[in-house]
Order: sequence, then C-alpha cells, then structure tokens
Amino acid sequence: MKTRLQILSLLLLCAAIPAAAQNEQSPILIQRTVPVLGFTPPIPVSLEGFTGVAARVLNFDLYVQGFIVVPPAQAQYHIRGTDAVNVSGTVALANHTILARSYAGGNTRAQAHAFANDIVQAITGKLGISLLRGSVARIVFKAQAANGNGKIYVSDFDGANAQAVTAEDTIVAAPVWTPDRLAIYYTSYQLGNPDVFYHDLTTGRRRVVAGFSGLNTSASVSPDGTRVAMILSKSGSPNVWVCDANGSHWKQLTDTAGYDSSPCWSPDGRWICFATEIRGRRELAKVPASGGQLEIVRTPGAPNPTDPAWSPDGKWIAFTCQMGEFDICVMPANGSAPPMVLVRGQHPSWAPNSRTLIFNRPSGGYEQTLSVLDVFTKHVKDIPRISGSDSEAEWAE
Amino acid sequence: MKMNKLFFTPVAALAAVLAVTGCKHEPVGLTPIPGPQAAEVPQPGPGPTLNSEQGAAPIAAAPLSSFEGYTEDRAALGGDTIHFAYDSAVIRNGEIPNLQAVAQALGADSNLKLLIEGNCDERGTEEYNRALGERRAEAARQALAGMGVDASRVRTISYGKDKPVDPGHNAAAWARNRRDDFVLLHPPTGGS
Repeated sequence: MKTRLQILSLLLLCAAIPAAAQNEQSPILIQRTVPVLGFTPPIPVSLEGFTGVAARVLNFDLYVQGFIVVPPAQAQYHIRGTDAVNVSGTVALANHTILARSYAGGNTRAQAHAFANDIVQAITGKLGISLLRGSVARIVFKAQAANGNGKIYVSDFDGANAQAVTAEDTIVAAPVWTPDRLAIYYTSYQLGNPDVFYHDLTTGRRRVVAGFSGLNTSASVSPDGTRVAMILSKSGSPNVWVCDANGSHWKQLTDTAGYDSSPCWSPDGRWICFATEIRGRRELAKVPASGGQLEIVRTPGAPNPTDPAWSPDGKWIAFTCQMGEFDICVMPANGSAPPMVLVRGQHPSWAPNSRTLIFNRPSGGYEQTLSVLDVFTKHVKDIPRISGSDSEAEWAE
Repeated sequence: MKMNKLFFTPVAALAAVLAVTGCKHEPVGLTPIPGPQAAEVPQPGPGPTLNSEQGAAPIAAAPLSSFEGYTEDRAALGGDTIHFAYDSAVIRNGEIPNLQAVAQALGADSNLKLLIEGNCDERGTEEYNRALGERRAEAARQALAGMGVDASRVRTISYGKDKPVDPGHNAAAWARNRRDDFVLLHPPTGGS
C-alpha cells in the first residue's frame, strides 16, 4: 500500500488557468496529469445532441479511454453534434472549438467510432482506439458452450458485428492476429489433438502449423509477423518454442521440467515473456527470442502470475495474478514499480494505445464475459456476450 | 519437488487412505498464496537448469502416427482415474494402486496402447490449465514408464479446464475434476 501512495504522490496538478473569455462567470480548472495506474482522474466531457447507437458508441469509446460524461456545467470539454442522417460534431474547450468534423459513408455506428477517435486525438494528442487504419478496431476471441466446445469469433472491439470464423463443434482456444490482420492463429482439437492452426480470413483456408504429439497451443505472433512463439510438449514437457510463420525452423527456447504457458513478444521482437515455475514458485520469465538465458520477471505482491501481455509501447506488462480470486495486474516492463492489481479478471490483451485492455471476467458459473478496461482510470465496461462463455480475446494491433 | 519419487511399499495402501482423508480438509474457497516474493526466496541464478530439482527427465512424446487407427475403450480403465492436489502435477502415493492397475492392463497385451487425458479444475487461466493438464498426463506417463511400461505406447492429451467431469463450482467438484483419465487403445482390427 505504501508504494501505491508513493506513486499517487507523483500526480501533478497544474495551476488553474483563468478564463480568457469575457462571458465566463468562473475560472476554468485545467488538470494535466501524469497517468498513474488505477488512480488517474478521468477527463470530464459533456455529450449533447446524439441519440441511439451514436450516443452509445460515443459513451462507450470515451469511457474506456479515460473520459467521463458529465453535465455541461461540470465538463472540461463540450462535445456537441448530431446523428441525424450523418454524424457530425464539435469539441470545445471553454469557448474555443478545437475540433469540428462531419462524417459520410459507412453507417452511423462506424461514423460515431470515427468521431470518438477524432475526439480522443483532439483532446489528448494521442491516437484513439476506435479505428485502426481506417476501419473500426477488431478483436478475436473464443465463445465456449457448457460442454467445453466452442468457436472462434471476430468482432468490433465493442462486441458489434461478431462473426464466427470456425464451424466445427470442438474445443478451440487462444486465437491471435497476424500483424496485417488478414489471418489468425488458434488452437483447435478438431483432429483429436490440440493443434495450432493458421487461418487465412480472406480465403477461409487454413492449415496445421503445429500438430505434434502432445500439447500445441498458445500461439503468439512476433511484431513483424515472421515468427510464432507457442507452447509445445513434444519433448516431454510444456515448453516455449518458436518457429517461422509457416511452421518451419523450430527452435526450443526453454527446457524447464515444470510447465511453461502463454508466451508473448516484447514489441521490439527481442524477448518472449511467459509464465513458468521456478523452484516450485509461479513466476513470469523472459527469454531472448533468438534463444539464450532465461530471466525472471518479478511480480512482487502479485502471486501466481500467468498470461502476460506486453504493451505495444513497451512500457507495461499486463498479466493475470491470483489474489485469492484472479485479477488483472499491470506493472512497468522494466520492473521500476511493483504490479498494480486493477480488477477481477483474466487474460488481458492491449489495445494499440497501450492503456486500454480487453480481458475476460467471471459472470456466473463457468461463464466469462469480455470486458474493456482503461488501466489508468480503472474504467471498465462489459461488451455483449455471444453465447455461453466468451474469453481469450486479442486486440488487433 | 518429489514429483516422481514413487514408493512401492505396503505403506502405499495406508497412504491412500490418508491422502483421501486429507482431501476433505482442503479449505473451501481458499487458494494457497505464496508469501512476499523477495524476502523468503534466494535469488535463483539464471540458466536452463532452474527446474532440475523437479525430478526425472521428461520423456519425449510418442509420434501421433503410431496411434493411428486405434480405437478408444473408455470403460476398461474407467475406474483407474487418478486425482491431483490443487495446482499440482505431483502423483500422490494414494494414486499408485490405480497406476499399477493401468500398467497391469498394458502388460497383459503388448498390442494395447494408452491415452492419458489430463484435466484441471475451473480455477485459473485457460492456457495455464492447458499446460498443467498436459503436465499431469505426462507425470502419469513417466510413472508408468517407471513401472516398466514402454513410454512409446502412451500418448497424452490435455483438456485443461474444458472437460470437467463435475460441473459444480465447489471444492468437491474441483477435487473430482483435477484428474488423469486413462483410455485403453485397441489396435486397428485386422492389424497385426
């Protein structure tokens, strides 16, 4: 707790700036904060003139990127507009319009996501997560029935436009994107063994990349798309292996006699981080992607770490820890501060902004629901569930 | 870890009783959590031998092709399922009689092969449990090898937490679900 308070004390509150506009009655307080995990105050905005799906999209997208919608009198930024026919709107700080946009084409939902993206960029100067290279950002995940079998789905990051990409009634797991978002890798038991498949989303064609005896699972694609790390047990124990994107040139990276799980890449492609057991204790560890010595990635105060995910900017590692139940934790990748335990849940995956996560959290019985979390404000929102249990989502980068 | 130190003594039967009784005392809703990390653990040196204290060396998986055409017989060894402690792939002494029965069945007919299915309870992440389930199946395969079973006749599969035998969400259900099921494999008919 002490360390958390120390971090909190880093919060910088800048001076109040008197309003320049002559018709303002009171000064405007502009807060500039250094983002602190779990303790960053949200940016208050007002949202007027939008209805239906446009209002829902704007509320969701802004909330999970650290904004909160408040009455106009309490807002720092005023967002006004309309969704009649097309979406258009403005963003004003005091009486100064800092953004004015109108959108055409697509549909209301896509236009609202585009406006949300522009709002985030206008206010924070950073890219929003709603669009990725011109289209609404996508996730891939698994939806599982009570009997354990399931299907791989892709959808918008808020759960809209969900579409199954597998048809068989079998166990599936751990889907991930290729960096071009044109294909996915995932685990399927369709052939009677947990095998890793490559699935071209354009053609629907797929092939087994890893179908060795024993366990083949937890594929993770390198940032440049040329290599894939995964867990194989062909040598007698679940260990981290890496191969070329097409399943050739295999190299065993770990030979721990316990069991390794859930490899992920550092964004520079140099390291692979994974969960393992060292001297009877669960740890995160990392190993050079080209092979070499294993290093422990310590997670003090966050026991039994699993499912690490390295943020795209390289600064953070999110993972699942076990504080009695299972929680989402985030810590600086360089170990400069202890992990922050944020919310109940498992299997985090980063959005391209390196501050929003998608993860799954228990929603009764065996069922899991996908949820989106802003790690700085701790804003969290569920997305609609497909069926049964939705889990193991990965955000397209 | 004493994972692979199996004791073939008359004490095994007593140990079995103790192990079963011990299960009932597993705290409900509590999970063992290690203490503060830095304080009690000496800094392990880096390197590939970190887990050497785990015990016997892993035995490479048998090629899947050598199991093609075999038919599954779930009934034959259905009563020989073995169970595990929470978050553990260590075979407890009380489970050894069941493993001996499996070894005996395989010893009776050298044409038979074996599928070991490793399973976990619902707690924890899916991919962690997929690895743990595999390790549980491998632990039984290693133990059977120690009893003289040719490991190339045995393949493993992990269902992680996807195939619970008991759909409950309580300690009793979890204990039943942490298991290895043994499936006897009969050679293709007409084969040698």
